[in-house]
Amino acid sequence: MNLTLRIWRQKGPEDKGRMVTYPVDDVSPDMSFLEMLDVLNERLILDGEDPVAFDHDCREGICGMCGLMINGDAHGPQRGTTACQLHMRQFKDGDTIDIEPWRASAFPVIKDLVVNRGAFDKIIAAGGYVTAPTGSAPEAHSTPVAKANADAAFESAACIGCGACVAACPNGSGMLFTAAKLTQLSLLPQGQPERYTRVIGMVDAHDEAGFGGCTNAGECTVVCPKGIPLNTIGRLNRDYLTATTKGAGNTPGS
Amino acid sequence: MTKTRSPIRSNVGLKAVMAVTGILLVLFLIAHMLGNLKVFTGETSFDHYAHWLRDIGKPLLPGVWFLWILRTVLVVAVVAHIWAATVLALRARAARPVKYAHRKKVRGSYAARTMRWGGVIILLFVIYHLLDLTTGTLNPVGDPGNPYGNVVADFAPERWYVTLFYTLAIVTLGFHLRHGAFSAFRSLGQQTPRGERRARTAALIFAVALCAGYLVVPFAVLTGLVS
Amino acid sequence: MELFTEGDPIADTKAPTGPIEKRWETRRFEAKLVNPANRRKMTVIVVGTGLAGGSAAATLAEQGYHVKSYCYQDSPRRAHSIAAQGGINAAKNYRNDGDSVHRLFYDTVKGGDFRSRESNVHRLAEVSVNIIDQCVAQGVPFAREYGGLLDTRSFGGAQVQRTFYARGQTGQQLLLGAYQALERQIGLGNVEMNARHEMLELVLVDGRARGIVVRDLVTGEISTEMADAVVLASGGYGNVFYLSTNAKGCNVTATWRAHRKGAYFANPCYTQIHPTCIPVSGDHQSKLTLMSESLRNDGRVWVPKTKGDDRNPRDIPEDERDYYLERIYPSFGNLVPRDIASRAAKNVCDEGRGVGPTKLGVYLDFADAIDRLGRKAIEAKYGNLFEMYERITGEDPYEVPMRIYPAVHYTMGGLWVDYDLQSSIPGLFVIGEANFSDHGANRLGASALMQGLADGYFVLPTTIANYLASGPLEKVDASHPAAVEARTDVEDRIQRLLAVDGDRTVDSFHRELGQIMWEHCGMERSEAGLRKAIGEIRDLREQFWQRVKVSGTGEELNQSLEKAGRVADFFELAELMCIDALHREESCGGHFRAEHQTPDGEAQRDDDRFAYVAAWEFTATGEPSVLHKEDLKFEYVHPTQRSYK
Repeated sequence: MNLTLRIWRQKGPEDKGRMVTYPVDDVSPDMSFLEMLDVLNERLILDGEDPVAFDHDCREGICGMCGLMINGDAHGPQRGTTACQLHMRQFKDGDTIDIEPWRASAFPVIKDLVVNRGAFDKIIAAGGYVTAPTGSAPEAHSTPVAKANADAAFESAACIGCGACVAACPNGSGMLFTAAKLTQLSLLPQGQPERYTRVIGMVDAHDEAGFGGCTNAGECTVVCPKGIPLNTIGRLNRDYLTATTKGAGNTPGS
Repeated sequence: MTKTRSPIRSNVGLKAVMAVTGILLVLFLIAHMLGNLKVFTGETSFDHYAHWLRDIGKPLLPGVWFLWILRTVLVVAVVAHIWAATVLALRARAARPVKYAHRKKVRGSYAARTMRWGGVIILLFVIYHLLDLTTGTLNPVGDPGNPYGNVVADFAPERWYVTLFYTLAIVTLGFHLRHGAFSAFRSLGQQTPRGERRARTAALIFAVALCAGYLVVPFAVLTGLVS
Repeated sequence: MELFTEGDPIADTKAPTGPIEKRWETRRFEAKLVNPANRRKMTVIVVGTGLAGGSAAATLAEQGYHVKSYCYQDSPRRAHSIAAQGGINAAKNYRNDGDSVHRLFYDTVKGGDFRSRESNVHRLAEVSVNIIDQCVAQGVPFAREYGGLLDTRSFGGAQVQRTFYARGQTGQQLLLGAYQALERQIGLGNVEMNARHEMLELVLVDGRARGIVVRDLVTGEISTEMADAVVLASGGYGNVFYLSTNAKGCNVTATWRAHRKGAYFANPCYTQIHPTCIPVSGDHQSKLTLMSESLRNDGRVWVPKTKGDDRNPRDIPEDERDYYLERIYPSFGNLVPRDIASRAAKNVCDEGRGVGPTKLGVYLDFADAIDRLGRKAIEAKYGNLFEMYERITGEDPYEVPMRIYPAVHYTMGGLWVDYDLQSSIPGLFVIGEANFSDHGANRLGASALMQGLADGYFVLPTTIANYLASGPLEKVDASHPAAVEARTDVEDRIQRLLAVDGDRTVDSFHRELGQIMWEHCGMERSEAGLRKAIGEIRDLREQFWQRVKVSGTGEELNQSLEKAGRVADFFELAELMCIDALHREESCGGHFRAEHQTPDGEAQRDDDRFAYVAAWEFTATGEPSVLHKEDLKFEYVHPTQRSYK
């Protein structure tokens, strides 16, 4: 099939950037979306043009490196699917496809479709862990965890940190990402001692990075390739309010 | 951990402010609606109710004190609600300085995406409404001693545009509440998927009921059921 | 010209002697320690942030060292360990099914086809139990039973249920555990994290590894980073085949550059081909997707009995199907080890009985399992895998049998290391898939995660201290002549790549290299094929340096330049792989030589001649490498012919 692509081109962080149109012919429906971009890039290189920079790595939907706004949808039209796993059979001959980078001030564009998602790492560094230095762990079976809690924790832990939630959020909020990690750890007994310091640290880091606030619009969970549920944000809110209102009673050391 | 900012100014704190103030306003809306419905019990009863409002709290409080306390609470709630919304809206705008070239139709909730403009419309309506039925400035009758008469004059068939504006404002309010009521629960920590479904359903039913409760009065006047 | 010359044998001098159960304990006691107050004055560079690198960087920082960590991805959370699906082995014996440290040790040595070091493997089995404890304490959400205890399953043909898992995303969950520990240290200022940086050269000062040259992939800036020791955790080199289950960015550059500086490369030809991947769909294919091996627990592998049978699989009656694994290996059936399942698939396709449009595929059929257990049960177990299959192929595996074909998955070879995980260059440590150590000629399922974390959390932090304690080393900075020279080499190389300005893209070369390797150095190798491949690789490498076209400049984010540097190194590695495969005139594990098979087509080892590790020393580009042999001694597990019949 033949397609018309309109792709955001931006030479560097300082460049203003613009949409540029490229026709792509002979696209096979069995190609992945990124393979289609590979084909375009091969041609651009041979034509002496700058190929389109885009992030990708595992190409099997788990590393979270890829992230494209495809026709206004984070990761494209297929639900529960990352851009790398999206296949061209989802499109039809003659389609025009708009491809843009994630848009958020916390995710500045580096080049073309590549953005810097370092803000997510900062949120994790601000508390998204259990302090368990190597070697200090007790026997794994010393603390049983109810299966339902373990399963729910896993559901939130499945987040791949791709940033689609931020890209789709009308407020540019990173709450679903933050809430997913908080939910995972607050459901497990191992996460309890740091539960309330963690939430304050992570929400502060989230806000400082320049993400917007959540208005429970729910766009994030719709585009999330791993289906992280919206109610995780309720848990974040509850833990945060508990941590700040009850203070001394629940925040260790304060 | 050294805190540089009050938690109330965090994105989560601001949402809690919106939730709490929103709930206060909703409680007022419920009482207000029930009061409105007294219009169906006849002119005497309605006017009596309106005058009673000024006397609540007596003899513990001197006359109209309760009313002023209530008004103060409402004003504080409205100001705080708008302040928090404005801060969040500005942050949201700053969080996405470059807009998408391809803008997608809403995939989540339509009500959620119209909260801000909806809020502005409601605010404009409230101002008009106060000038109309509290101070009487914009009311054709404007007699503080005759609230029933004021209401009937307001929604007279030839003043159809008032009824239209009123209806639009109430429908906007309905949308605002549909998302707002659910959102308040969520912002205050509602966290289970089952609870989410319930909260959404309850918000929808509540919004519809409140709309109906408010709209029944002007339409009753318009159709001559109340005159 | 000779392809290689033979040098002196080498030996691992670090493993203590004595009873194997005591060796690691003995080594830990004998290893020198670094005073906690001195640790923060010492810098360790860790390249790579997968299970091995991430866990090592976090642990070293916890111990008080100053750590500089590097990864080419945009975040340390993305390394390809994240894609591991199945699980992680540990000798916990929670099932009371006869497992033990010794059994895990035994299974791993046997599974590696008797080409690994007993001491190392035993240590791996010992620390496996600590890994599970550590990960649980970090909040890794392993699958659990209703009683709240950890669930385990049998994996990759093991006869005991020793594999811990988190649905089909075990690698992700373990990596995020390590990543979170690492982020904690970053937040505390103990680790200096450099994402989007690629190591392009190793710096040696007085024969010791003292630093690396890195390129900032965003700005293109080249810088030299110095340290007291360098740890490479840069993963495997499966992408030499172009198509593999590795992430697109996985490359050999870090280890190959170290090899060029003197680190021996061991057993490069040992490649694991995973039997259950989604077949290639066309020329545009950029990578292959693995379907978890756990599918073989319930799926049955078959092809039509007759050649060229193009009927819809559902229309082929039971008696015209050949469930070849069940037929040839009645006791293990569909659960035979990976190398055996892969080769069997290749054999039936070579006979012309392959299925699908390319005829390079076999069916993995769940119809019986769905009949037996119900669709619900299958959905609960494999739902996400089935969805992934449907997304990629457009076929519904509940209705039509899956099509699978083997693909390159893991490389057992890597830089040679001793018991301390130190390479032949003092101060250069190599961990995880990047080293050669524990899997011999074939890795068992769910053992890669175990090895990566064993190395990173428990082994390296102990053994590296012994090296650092021998210091203090003379302080050197980036102005040292050796550092300046390394940096200049890197800059020259980048300029050379940019200057060619030819007429072929990097990918076109890489694809062609991959085809040569898959054809001749893949599932089955022969002397004639390997010799042919070596010639073709050399020609292609020459072509590459004359005709490659790299767009853009070195001073910006330039993905085509990144790829060019990686492919240039793959060419050199590819040649060494073929030479190693050629010299090893036996079949073992992931290395199958057509000339060396039993009458019924099984791999035939030659323990008298080849029970050694082949450690290759680099001389000069295009010059023969020097082979050093490390003899393998088996005191506890006696080599036998593997039999899964």
